[in-house]
Amino acid sequence: MSDTILLAHGSGGKMAHRLIEEVILSDLSNRVLARMDDSAVLDLSGRTAFTTDSYVVSPIFFPGGDIGKLAVCGTTNDLAMSGADPLYLSLSFIIEEGFPISDLKRILSSIRNTAREAGVQIVTGDTKVVNRGNVDKLYINTAGIGKIPSGANISGANIAPGDKVILSGSIGDHGIAIMSKREGLHFSTELESDCAPLSGLVADMIATGARIHALRDPTRGGLATTLNELSDQSGVKIMIEEEKIPVRDEVLGACEMLGFDPLYVANEGKLVAFVAPEDAESVIAAMRKNKYGAQATIIGQVEQTENPCVVMKTVLGASRLIDMLVGDLLPRIC
Amino acid sequence: MKYASEFRDNRLARGLIAKIERSSRTPVKFMEFCGSHTVAIFRYGIRQVLPETVTTLSGPGCPICVTANVDLDKAIALARIPNVIMTSFGDVLRVPGSYTSLQAVRAEGADVRVIYSAMDALKIAADNPAKQVVLLGIGFETTTPTIAAAILQAKQESLTNFSVLSWHKLSPPAMKALLDSGDVALDGLICPGHVSIITGSQAWEFIARDYGIPCVVAGFEPLDILQCVDMLVTQVEKKEARVEIAYSRGVQREGNTVAQKLVDMVFEPCPAQWRGMGTIPASGLKLRPEYSMFDAEEIFDIDPGPTREPAGCICGEVLRGVSTPLDCPLFGKVCHPENPVGACMVSSEGSCFTYYLYGGKNE
Repeated sequence: MSDTILLAHGSGGKMAHRLIEEVILSDLSNRVLARMDDSAVLDLSGRTAFTTDSYVVSPIFFPGGDIGKLAVCGTTNDLAMSGADPLYLSLSFIIEEGFPISDLKRILSSIRNTAREAGVQIVTGDTKVVNRGNVDKLYINTAGIGKIPSGANISGANIAPGDKVILSGSIGDHGIAIMSKREGLHFSTELESDCAPLSGLVADMIATGARIHALRDPTRGGLATTLNELSDQSGVKIMIEEEKIPVRDEVLGACEMLGFDPLYVANEGKLVAFVAPEDAESVIAAMRKNKYGAQATIIGQVEQTENPCVVMKTVLGASRLIDMLVGDLLPRIC
Repeated sequence: MKYASEFRDNRLARGLIAKIERSSRTPVKFMEFCGSHTVAIFRYGIRQVLPETVTTLSGPGCPICVTANVDLDKAIALARIPNVIMTSFGDVLRVPGSYTSLQAVRAEGADVRVIYSAMDALKIAADNPAKQVVLLGIGFETTTPTIAAAILQAKQESLTNFSVLSWHKLSPPAMKALLDSGDVALDGLICPGHVSIITGSQAWEFIARDYGIPCVVAGFEPLDILQCVDMLVTQVEKKEARVEIAYSRGVQREGNTVAQKLVDMVFEPCPAQWRGMGTIPASGLKLRPEYSMFDAEEIFDIDPGPTREPAGCICGEVLRGVSTPLDCPLFGKVCHPENPVGACMVSSEGSCFTYYLYGGKNE
């Protein structure tokens, strides 16, 4: 096989078959995928969550992850935010001709490892190759299916006044790690993306039996944008405290340098949970036992209101409205 | 020292606020010249924690905001010339000129590229010998030295396809023009931190001396600004007017003399047009005749056509501190960050953008 992806690899012919069998299946094979039918046949029952996302991050390899890891985490995390246990994933590549097969193998092995950790099987997929310049190296689309455990009723519309707002850890790590590697910006930092599968953490939280009303992973647009979406969806006022929100020194420093506010910088391995106040401590205790929730902390609470909004108490004790991200911070971070 | 978290300490801040409350008796109006100060003041809610006697007011220190439409139109006309690659810092692309923006002409096919450093433009010029690369030189004293360095390097490398469209402006002449206009009566000036790193605090001495206005150079963290306000209040109450530094980790009286020499070598003062303030003598910088081969205005025959101002927009008054964004009939309705009518809604340091983003619209 050649060292790079050629247009013929996407033709559906012999070369395409060899690529699928020798490169892709060798890394990902499972019972459903191995049948090689036109579609995956699955047994599903009960309430099911279904979601899709496309990944166009640049650069495709970044500190703490790569586009493959992101493509598994992003979609399984979206399932987990509905309380679902991720079961199945589709995986589609759009590859620029000339893409090194060794890089593809690296990405596939990262997909395999992340899927294993998230407990999800890749059951269907597709590969297309396009002319040089028609995509930037490689884009991935994944769709995922998950099963919602009985009793879980988690939605951005279920937030109630009195709920505690729990954040699983420090914000802004992914966005700043990516920006540090961008052409033209390039600054040196030890910082790694927080990109991680959160389904295990969510399962631990649900297992406490706590009344978890809403979960969301603050990806593009950062924590500020996510909280605004939720306050609109549930029609509530969300009050948070600046001092309670963990931000790494590296992120704080980079944000000062670049003129960003960490509240608007992307995360790929964090979640916010809205939990009934009596249950907050038990949820936090469960989260802190999981490596992806070790820094979990209450950052605020929910109040009743006529005008849904997000308000933050600043370090000086003043309060200010937190709006959604306006304009673009920097494109293509996921 | 980490230089950020220490300057956001809640306990120290409360101490400073209490001190200001105790000492401030005379009602005062302080202007922060710099847009970054306006952002910090809103971001931390500083206006809310200051006593009622202290009012802060945003000044003209936002380079994008003060760029006149005629200059924007020139850049847009230049970008439309075939074979020109226009390189610019990000925010500028979205600023509407009289009729369109750089962003819009890029969508039409003009080659407009966002850069993060002046040196990026030199690299683009070296990589594209058949094209003319124009660098939009924008900024106050803080950014000018980097553009001067790029021009010197271009000369050293004998680049023949690189030039600068200079919109560079000087802060002290603008402050002087503002005070001379008599539009606003100020009791103190929060002097820009980054600008003063280059110019030194000496640049503001004429304001204390000739206008009797207390001046304090401030950094951009909440404690920096509170300390600055405290020092200004103390001067007012003691009826003093001098220049002090509340940002000693960055600013000295003389400033960065190496950077000053670099700028002086390449640029000379010229009259410049400011949005809302008209033409101010010796407030801009143009390339010296020895460097005219890098001056885009000399190289290209630019016809920007007639200029016009958007109806109803009061950016000019906002920049002079005469009005606040809330006084503008367009604010938050027609004009918002997704559809900016005036420049102050585009720049991340613009007063209108800051008011909009940080909830000033509900003040």
